Amino acid sequence: MQEKSKGSRVLIDGSRLMIEALARAGADAFIGYPITPANLLYQYGSQRMELMLAAPDEITTLQWMSGLAATGKLPVTATSFPGFALMLESMNMAYMMELPMVIILVQRLGPATGTATCGAQGDLLLLKGMISGGHPIPVLATADFMDCWQLSAKAAEIAVSLRTPVVLLTSKEEVMTHKSFNLDLLQEINKVERKEFQLDCEYKSYKPTDFVPDFLPVTQKRYQVRLNASTHDQTGILQHSNEESMANTRRLEEKVLHRMKAHYYYTFDEQKEASKLVIAYGITSSAAIDAVEMLRGQGEKVSLLIPKTLIPCPDFYRELILNYPRVVIAEENINHQFASLLFGQNFPENLAFCGSLGKMISPGEIMEEVNK
Amino acid sequence: MNIPFLKTDALPFCKGCGHDLIAKNTTRALEKLGFKPLDVIIVTDIGCHGIIDKCLNTHTVHGLHGRSAALGAGITFGVEEPGKKVIVFIGDGGSTIGLQHIMEAARLNLNMTVVVHNNFLYGMTGGQTSGLTPHGFNTTTSFEGNPYAGYDICALSHTAGASHVTRVMGIGDISDKLAVAFGTRGFSLVEVMEICPSYGMKLNPKRKLSEIVESAGKEIGEWFNQREPFNIRQGKKIADLLEKTRPVEKGFKSYLKKNTSVILSGSAGEGVQLAASLLCKAAMRSGLSITQKGSYPVTVGVGFSTAEINLSPEEIHFHGIAVPDMVVITSGDGLAHNKQRIAKMKDGFLFIDQSLEVPSTGAQVIQHNFRGIGARNASIFSIFFLAMKTGIISTESILKTIEEEGMTEKLPVAKIKEALVQ
Repeated sequence: MQEKSKGSRVLIDGSRLMIEALARAGADAFIGYPITPANLLYQYGSQRMELMLAAPDEITTLQWMSGLAATGKLPVTATSFPGFALMLESMNMAYMMELPMVIILVQRLGPATGTATCGAQGDLLLLKGMISGGHPIPVLATADFMDCWQLSAKAAEIAVSLRTPVVLLTSKEEVMTHKSFNLDLLQEINKVERKEFQLDCEYKSYKPTDFVPDFLPVTQKRYQVRLNASTHDQTGILQHSNEESMANTRRLEEKVLHRMKAHYYYTFDEQKEASKLVIAYGITSSAAIDAVEMLRGQGEKVSLLIPKTLIPCPDFYRELILNYPRVVIAEENINHQFASLLFGQNFPENLAFCGSLGKMISPGEIMEEVNK
Repeated sequence: MNIPFLKTDALPFCKGCGHDLIAKNTTRALEKLGFKPLDVIIVTDIGCHGIIDKCLNTHTVHGLHGRSAALGAGITFGVEEPGKKVIVFIGDGGSTIGLQHIMEAARLNLNMTVVVHNNFLYGMTGGQTSGLTPHGFNTTTSFEGNPYAGYDICALSHTAGASHVTRVMGIGDISDKLAVAFGTRGFSLVEVMEICPSYGMKLNPKRKLSEIVESAGKEIGEWFNQREPFNIRQGKKIADLLEKTRPVEKGFKSYLKKNTSVILSGSAGEGVQLAASLLCKAAMRSGLSITQKGSYPVTVGVGFSTAEINLSPEEIHFHGIAVPDMVVITSGDGLAHNKQRIAKMKDGFLFIDQSLEVPSTGAQVIQHNFRGIGARNASIFSIFFLAMKTGIISTESILKTIEEEGMTEKLPVAKIKEALVQ
C-alpha cells in the first residue's frame, strides 16, 4: 500500500510521538531514571513536559509521581523491566490510592538485566499479575506509529477518567527505530480535563460515581482529602476488612473491568471464509501484517487480529479464536504469554504459536507456521 | 469555627508511647504558626506512627513502609500555592528502608519537614532491630544488645544539605522545636528519641532514655545549613516536539521497485549513524519509505557502529533484516559485527573498504578505498558510492539533503565529489 499522502513526511521515532501525544493529552510532568531502551522517551519527556524531575531510582520515581498526582498533576515515566520491577510496590500504591499516571514499559530481553539493547515481548504475564490480589491494571500495547500517537493519548484519558495508573506497553524496536512518517495522518488530540468535585455536600475521597471517586487535590482547602495505600473505607481511613472497605477493594477491580469496556482497542482485519487467523500485538504485528498480505497474495484466506487493549482482555479475543479452525499467535517470547493471558495453560487445540528469543519474528516465520 | 488538628485526644497508641507526644506537639506547633488543618498535608506510612492519620483533620496521605519521605517530596513538588505545609511522619524502620528518600529530599532542600519517630526498633512487626537502633540496645532480634551502631539520621541529613535538623528527646513540650522545623524554608528533619513501651522498655529494663541516647553518642541539638529552599529550575522547553522534525520534501526520483535492505557498518565516531540518516532522508526525498535502526555496543564511543536501513517504494511494516540486500563495510569493527550476516548473503552487494579482508559471501563484492578520504568521513563517502553504483537513489538527492540539513560546510562535499570520479 502506498502511503496515502506525501505531505509532512518526516524521519521520526515512536518515542517522540508518544511523548508529544501524552503532553497534548494533558500529561504535565515527566519523572525519570535512565534506562535503555527507554532513554529517548526520557530525553523527549524532559524537553517537552512542563515539569521534569530526575529521580534517584525507580521507587522514588513512582513515589514522586504519586505525590504529584495527588496535587492534580498527570505524571509520566518510561522504563524497562529492571526499573519496572522496582516500581511494582509503588504502582500498587498508586492503584490503591487511585492516582492517575502513565508508565511506559519498553520491553527488552530478560531475565534480569538480560540484553538492554535487544527487544522482546516478555513482560505481559508480569503485568497480568502485578497488582496484589490479581486486580487488573489497564495495559495498552502500541503496534505502530499511529498507536504511539493515539494510544498514548488514550492512556492519559484512561488514567484520568478511571483514576488509575495505566501501562503503555511497547518494546525497544518500536521506540528506537526511525521511520518515514506522514505527520498529516495524525489526528488532533484534545487535552483531558480533570473534573474536580464541585458539589456543596460531604466529600469522601473514595465515594464512587460510576465506579470512580471524584478527585480533589490535597492542595485545596474546601474538603479534607485522605489518600490511603492500605485497605480503607470510602472516607480513606484504614480498615482491616470490614464490609465497606472490602466493597472498596472490590470496586477497584470492577472499575477497571467495567469502565475499560469503552477502551477496547484492536484492529481486526477479517477475510471472509477465512479458516485461519493470525494474532500479533506490539512489535510483532508489523511482521504479521506483511505475513497476512503475502499469504493472501498466495491465495490463502487469512484474517488478522492485532490486540491493543491487553488488560483487561476483551472477551472478543477469546470468542474470535474459538471461531477459527487454526489460529497462529506470534509474539517475541517462548512461553506463549498472550495465549496464557487468554486461556491460562489450557490452550484450545486450534492454537499454534510462533515465538522467538532475542530476535524479531519475521513475516516468513509466521507464514511458515500458518502453512503447517 | 476553628477546626482542631486532632479529632480526639485519645490517640490509638500504646500507653507511654512517644508517638502520642509527637502528634499532640505537632498540632500545637502548627497552631502556633497559624496553620489551619487543610493547609497541612500529613504523609505517613507503615509503622505504629502511621495509625495517627485517622485522628487528623488535615489532609492525610498514608503510603508504603518507608516511602513517605519520597511521597511527601512528590506532593511538595506539586504544591504551587503558598501557605501549605507538607509534614512526613516516619519511623526508625521506615527511615532505614527509605534512607535514600530522606537524603534526596535533604539534598534538594525541599520545602517539607520529616519527623522521625525513633523508638529504636520496629514496633509494629515485633520489636526487631532497625538501622537506627543504638549500639547495645536490646531488641527481639538482638537480646544481647545491637552489635552495631545505628545511623545518625541527623548528621546524614545535615550533610546532605537540609536547611534545619534537630534531635530532641520525646519528653515534655517539644512544640517549639517542632515549630522551628515547620517554619523552616527548605528541608527540615526532627528526630524524636523515644523508647517503645511494648518492646523497648521491656527488653531494656532500668535503662533511661537520656542514658541510651547519650551512650549512643547522639547529641541533642540543632544543625543548620544556610541554603535557599528548592526551586524548580527547568531547562528550555520545546513547545511541540513535532515541530522539531524537519519535513522532507520530495524532489527526486527513485527507480527502486521493491523493499531493499541496506546495512552500513563501521567504527564508532566515523559517522555511520549520520551517514545512515542522510541516506534515509535522501531516500525520502526520492519518494521512498524508510526505516532506520542503529546498533552499537553499550560503550557507544568505541567498537562497531551499525545502521540497518530499509528502503521501499511501498509502506514498510516489518523492519527487521535477517539477510541484507546490500552491505557497506568501512572498518574492521563493522566487518566483525556483520560477518555472519554477510556469510548468509546469496546475492546482493557487499561494498567493503579495500584495506579489509573480504569475507566469505554470495554477494557481489566491490572493494573501494572508503577510508582514503579520512576515517571520520569514510561512512559518508560510502553512501555516495553506494548510490552511484546501485542507483537506488541519486547522489544529487544526498547532496540536496546535506544542503537542507545545513551540513554543507561541515562535510567535505568537494572532496567526496572528487573522490567519486577517481
